[in-house]
Amino acid sequence: MVALRPAPDDVWGWLDLVPDPEIPVISVVDLGIVRDVGWDGDTLVVALTPTYSGCPATAIISLEIEAALRARGVEDIRLETRIAPPWTTDWLSEKGRARLEEFGIAPPETAGGPKRCPRCGGADLERISQFGSTPCKAQWRCRDCLEPFDYFKCI
Amino acid sequence: MEGAALFQFLLRMGDNTLILGHRVSEWCGHAPVLEEDIALANTALDLIGQTQMWLGLAAEVEGQGRSADDLAFLRDVWDFRNLLLVEQPNGDFGQTILRQFLFDAWHVEMLRRLTDSSDARIAAIAAKALKEARYHVERSGDTVIGLGDGTDESHARMQAALDRLWPYLGEMFHGDGVDEAMEKAAIAPAAEALRAPVSERIEAVLDKATLSIPETRHARSGGKSGVRHSEHLGHLLTQMQWLQRAYPGATW
Ligand SMILES: [Zn+2]
Repeated sequence: MVALRPAPDDVWGWLDLVPDPEIPVISVVDLGIVRDVGWDGDTLVVALTPTYSGCPATAIISLEIEAALRARGVEDIRLETRIAPPWTTDWLSEKGRARLEEFGIAPPETAGGPKRCPRCGGADLERISQFGSTPCKAQWRCRDCLEPFDYFKCI
Repeated sequence: MEGAALFQFLLRMGDNTLILGHRVSEWCGHAPVLEEDIALANTALDLIGQTQMWLGLAAEVEGQGRSADDLAFLRDVWDFRNLLLVEQPNGDFGQTILRQFLFDAWHVEMLRRLTDSSDARIAAIAAKALKEARYHVERSGDTVIGLGDGTDESHARMQAALDRLWPYLGEMFHGDGVDEAMEKAAIAPAAEALRAPVSERIEAVLDKATLSIPETRHARSGGKSGVRHSEHLGHLLTQMQWLQRAYPGATW
C-alpha cells in the first residue's frame, strides 16, 4: 500500500533509479537535472532542468520520470522545466562521476579536459573533437593505450 | 515596455538561431570528416534548442495563442527577423565555418549582455544559451585560424568566404526602433554597443588566421527588420516548412 503523499526523500530515491536514457549507468538524479521535488496540494511537482537546450533526451527523461512515479502509485504529477540557474556539470553526483569513469566516459574536469584515460589511467591524452556522440560529450584519445574515449564536457 | 517591440526582439533572437540551426543541419551526413559532421550536428541542435526558448517566449509575449512551432513553421519570408548573414547558403566548409564564427562572435557578446536583462525570462534564456555559444565560438574561431593559416588552398577558400560574407556583418550593429525600445527598457544592449567588443574578437581571430579584412564599405541589411531578405531564405523555408505546408497540423 503506497502512502497517499510519499515523502520527497522517498521520491528522490525512486528518481535515483531512473537511468539517463543515453548514459544508462547514471541516474537522472546523478546527472543533476532533478532540481526540486515537492507537493503542491495533492500534486507532486518535480522541477527538471535540461542539460543542453537542444538535448533530444530531455523529452524521453520526462516520460520516464512520469512512468516511474506512476509505477509507485503517484497519479497526480506535474513536471516543471526550470532553466535558471542553468545546468552545470558541477551538479553531477560523486556516485555519477565514478560510474561514468567505470563505464569508459571520463568525468568533467574544470581544467577543461579529462584527467586520465578511463581505460588504462594514462595521462598522455589528446583531443580529437570538441563534440561527441551526444551534446554532453567530446572525443578524446589516449596516447598510452591508443584507444579513443568519450569525455563528459565541463560546462 | 511596448509588447510589440519585445515580440520583435524575441523573434530576432529566435529566428537567428532557427535559421542558422537549420542551415548548419543541412551538413548532417555531408561534412568532410566524421568529427566535423558530429560537431556541426551538435551545434545545430544547440541552436534549435535555443530557438525553442526564444520563440516560446515570443509566442507567450504575443499572447495570440501561437506556439514556438507555429512561429517556426507557419510564417513566411517577410515575417522572419533573422540577420541576412545566417540565411546565406552553406557554400563550402570554409564558408560555413566563417559564417558560424562571425555569428558566434556577436552571439556570445549579445548573450553575455542579456544575462543582465531587466526581463528575468530573457536573462535566464541568455544564461543557458551563453554556455553553449561560448563552446561554439571556441571551436569556430579555432577552425577559422586553422584553415586560414593552413594550406594555400584552405587559405584561399577562407579569404574568398570572408570577402563574400563581410558585407553582412554590419547589420548586427545597426540599431533601429526595436533596439532603441529594448535599450530604453534595459532589456537588451544597443546594437551599436556590441560593435567594438565583437569587432575586436573577430579581428584578433582573422589576424591569427592570416586573413585580410576586405576594403569594401558595401553593407547589406534588411533581414532583422524583415523588409528585404535575400532570395535564399525562401528556398530554405521550402525545405524547413515542407511538412507543415503539405500536411497542415500534422503532429508526431
Ligand atoms: Zn588509455
